[in-house]
Amino acid sequence: MLSRRNPQLNRHGELIHLLSIEGLPQAVLTHILDTAETFLSVNEREVKKVPLLRGKSVFNLFFENSTRTRTTFEIAAKRLSADVINLDIARSSTAKGESLLDTIANLSAMHADMFVVRHGESGAPYLIAQHCAPHVHVVNAGDGRHAHPTQGLLDMYTIRHFKKDFSQLTVAIVGDIVHSRVARSDIHALTTLGVPEIRAVGPKTLVPGDLSAMGVRVCHDMAEGIRGADVIIMLRLQNERMSGAMLPSAGEFFKNYGLTDEKLALAKPDAIVMHPGPINRGVEIDSSVADGTHSVILPQVTFGIAVRMAVMSIIAGNEA
Amino acid sequence: MKVLIKNGRVIDPASGRDEQADVAVAAGRIVAIGKVPAEFESVRVIDANGCIVAPGLVDLAARLREPGHEHEGMLESELNAAAAGGVTSLVCPPDTDPALDEPGLVDMLKFRARKLSLCRLFPLGALTRGLAGEVLTEMAELTESGCVGFSQAEVPIRDTMVLWRAMQYASTYGYTVWLRPQDGCLGKGVAASGAVATRLGLSGVPVAAETIALHTIFELMRTTGARVHLCRLSSAAGVELVRRAKAEGLRVTADVSINSLHLTDVDIGFFNSAMRLSPPLRQGKDRDALRAGLADGTIDALVSDHTPVDADDKTLPFGEAEPGATGLELLLSLALKWGSEAGLGVSASLARVTSAPVAVLGDALGSLAGSAGRLVEGGVADVCVFDPQATWSVKPAELKSQGKHTPFDFAATGTALPGRVKATLVAGTVAYQFNGER
Repeated sequence: MLSRRNPQLNRHGELIHLLSIEGLPQAVLTHILDTAETFLSVNEREVKKVPLLRGKSVFNLFFENSTRTRTTFEIAAKRLSADVINLDIARSSTAKGESLLDTIANLSAMHADMFVVRHGESGAPYLIAQHCAPHVHVVNAGDGRHAHPTQGLLDMYTIRHFKKDFSQLTVAIVGDIVHSRVARSDIHALTTLGVPEIRAVGPKTLVPGDLSAMGVRVCHDMAEGIRGADVIIMLRLQNERMSGAMLPSAGEFFKNYGLTDEKLALAKPDAIVMHPGPINRGVEIDSSVADGTHSVILPQVTFGIAVRMAVMSIIAGNEA
Repeated sequence: MKVLIKNGRVIDPASGRDEQADVAVAAGRIVAIGKVPAEFESVRVIDANGCIVAPGLVDLAARLREPGHEHEGMLESELNAAAAGGVTSLVCPPDTDPALDEPGLVDMLKFRARKLSLCRLFPLGALTRGLAGEVLTEMAELTESGCVGFSQAEVPIRDTMVLWRAMQYASTYGYTVWLRPQDGCLGKGVAASGAVATRLGLSGVPVAAETIALHTIFELMRTTGARVHLCRLSSAAGVELVRRAKAEGLRVTADVSINSLHLTDVDIGFFNSAMRLSPPLRQGKDRDALRAGLADGTIDALVSDHTPVDADDKTLPFGEAEPGATGLELLLSLALKWGSEAGLGVSASLARVTSAPVAVLGDALGSLAGSAGRLVEGGVADVCVFDPQATWSVKPAELKSQGKHTPFDFAATGTALPGRVKATLVAGTVAYQFNGER
């Protein structure tokens, strides 16, 4: 088979879509993080706007419900002076039987410049990027279990902000890794940025052995997983996991893998605790940890807007 | 019509014949190979100079999409595709809409195919009504209508009691049960379990989905004595289980698809839905074992697993796309490609798509059993003439099948395939000739 060029990059190796962190060079990731840093100050100003996307139309296409991610993308686009159109497709056209590509064709005819896409199927943003007009940029805002690259990038921003250097870190990702697009994006980003030890922690139903092919150390024991960690990323546990015979109960999960002050004491004294949100208090994380001094969950949200501004401004500036 | 195929290299895998010879055809039969009687006056001459004259191919798995899915394929387009691929006999699974569970449906299908006279059609009847896995079909009636075996197509029977009864009943009359070994509960994913599926976030089908089903089937074969043909093996572990079952003496045969023989899950690339197939593409070690199994006879036959899917059902996110690929026109080339890569001669490669599948069908072929998939004087004149030196590029628009999606699309692979069909004869009639002439 022919090896295909990474569809996110143009022939000059510049980012034109953000579909996944996998396969992106370290320099591209670092450029995004550096750009985000410049936007952070914009967000603290009285007038929180820069004109980089003035006159551009950004369509938020959410085939899956989401309030938080959609809102942060909307804020980011508006702070770049773009016109933002929110389409809650989960409740409109596809419910009427319109196909994904017909929806895209229609919106393209309205002269969209950028699609921010969330979809329940892994790979859907690739299909959209393949079939939309060449000047249209696609940002993956979460597809199935596959990728959530802006979350991965904001997690990297957060880690860099608090830890400065990636090259000596031990990062533990805890919980439902197999179903998590956040975990996959984090793992790709951490390996690309040179983190030497990434641990995936959870029971075998949620952390299968073949995850090691992604370059992580699989740990089924929580103490082993977080001992000496610099960064602990807790993942949200979905209720479906109990009905799918993945776990007996949220209570048993919390007992074994929930992050409490007691377990956190096993990590480095200056460890940071992250979570993509929304958090389930008492399921994957104890309130005293979520609200404690190690928690950087709220800074993650703040950084998320700057990172999304960086991604949108960078890809809008590159031509297919 | 009298046809003379001149100057070709005649290869008949069943007898081992491999020689330069002319082939004379009259009244649907081969009247002479080599010494053509002086008084033979042909109406049509096919110049096979530089070509191989082989038995017409026998494909044990090709979906024609009739009845029910005519937007994805029509009997005429798909049988034309068969002829263009050198396929002169094909077995179609019962997963049409409605399923082939009534004699009337089978009669109609056979009748329409006969009228087209492009390819012989051997339907599999549904093993259970509507493929629902609950009630047995009228197997004797269906056999009278022309069914050559009974199958659940892609729909596993979840109730082992029903499977047991179905195998008991079929074995009473000596009917072969064709089963896709895939556990109904474990087989629900969209890609093979493994590093690729994990990385792409696609739900996986573990190897255990195949091996558990195989263990169940073999155990039920031991108690019922049923004869089983296993459709589309996909894993190294599956090949090993079949090897052991054959060594034990179980009456089992097996096939593999052209896709599983040549591709792996890595070919999914960036969610290429042309690679959405059933069974899913597995890893390199599985492909290697399938290739070795086909070479050593553990796997009897190579099949196209031809499944026309229309564009609307393929241009979807990977997991939502309909599984399947077009294949009838690729079967010969991919058999030759495998054979040359495996270091086998042309005859051995052709055996997997001619004499071996005929042996799988066995008595179910009736009077054809002695000569289909073979080139013998007095036998039926089902012939494929192809140029082994010519290569061709798979271009969807040029395929005769209504199914245009294939992992072997030249635009994606950049690789041409060996072997170009020059002419296909079915029952002595020219069903296809290269250059547009029919």
